[in-house]
Amino acid sequence: MSAETAGYYRRMQAAVEELLVLRGVVTREQIDAQIAAMESRNHERGGVLVARAWVDPAFKARLLADVRSAAAELGIDIGPIPIVAIENTRATHNVIVCTLCSCYPRMLLGVPPHWYKSREYRSRVVREPRAVLAEFGTTLPEGVDIRVHDSTADMRYMIVPLRPAGTEGMSEAQLAGLVTRDSLIGVGVASQP
Amino acid sequence: MVEAAAVEHRFRPGDRVRVRRAYPPGHCRTPWYCRGHVGVIERYCGGFANPEELAYNRPGLPPVPLYRVRFRSTDLWPDYAEKPQDVVEIEIYEHWLEQA
Repeated sequence: MSAETAGYYRRMQAAVEELLVLRGVVTREQIDAQIAAMESRNHERGGVLVARAWVDPAFKARLLADVRSAAAELGIDIGPIPIVAIENTRATHNVIVCTLCSCYPRMLLGVPPHWYKSREYRSRVVREPRAVLAEFGTTLPEGVDIRVHDSTADMRYMIVPLRPAGTEGMSEAQLAGLVTRDSLIGVGVASQP
Repeated sequence: MVEAAAVEHRFRPGDRVRVRRAYPPGHCRTPWYCRGHVGVIERYCGGFANPEELAYNRPGLPPVPLYRVRFRSTDLWPDYAEKPQDVVEIEIYEHWLEQA
């Protein structure tokens, strides 16, 4: 987007916001509260879910079956939009995109990174996923297939990355720290301890 | 955005489906790159308000069935250059699908 069109959309956003407040549809405080709530969420909530799934196979099964109720067990509210958890295996790596716009599990992971919304990521990751992953510093072992999930409609996605080797003795809290945002999207893998 | 509703739905996991090769005006959530292509139903996701109606501030009800459909990347793009086993899974509403 050029600086000129970015300026246009910024002015349009400000104008719509002002009208909504002037007409009493929402208050300025409600808008600020929503922005604060969105910014308070981040990928750490995903890390909590993944770490529990790594240490508790029964929880992992529940998470893969129904993210909403599994997250609720840990006191995490994923909001009204269904989230599908997809598990990486030694045979298959998964990655998320929204080729149409920028759908992202915001209610779980917060604001998406800028590149996730870029036309380049959205158009290329379906077409040449390994080339895109390589640009994130991620190289998959030979023989691993890739499954790209295009978040086109009413589902949102999170990836359950593989648990790194050498983490047997780690606590759940330490494990959660290995779960990066990029590993939850699938452009990366969990960090090595 | 509504939560999933249970609705009558036509396809089951494993069914082969073809995406309609249609280019209607207005807002729709079926990516161009899969139109006309054959895939396999991965799962049924539930019923959701039709986004083609929601986009125009209409209720989009009754809910329409939504599926996740799996396509081979090499079917979508004959010149796909990575692994032939790679796939793309896309959420598609039932009115865009026909039996293949």
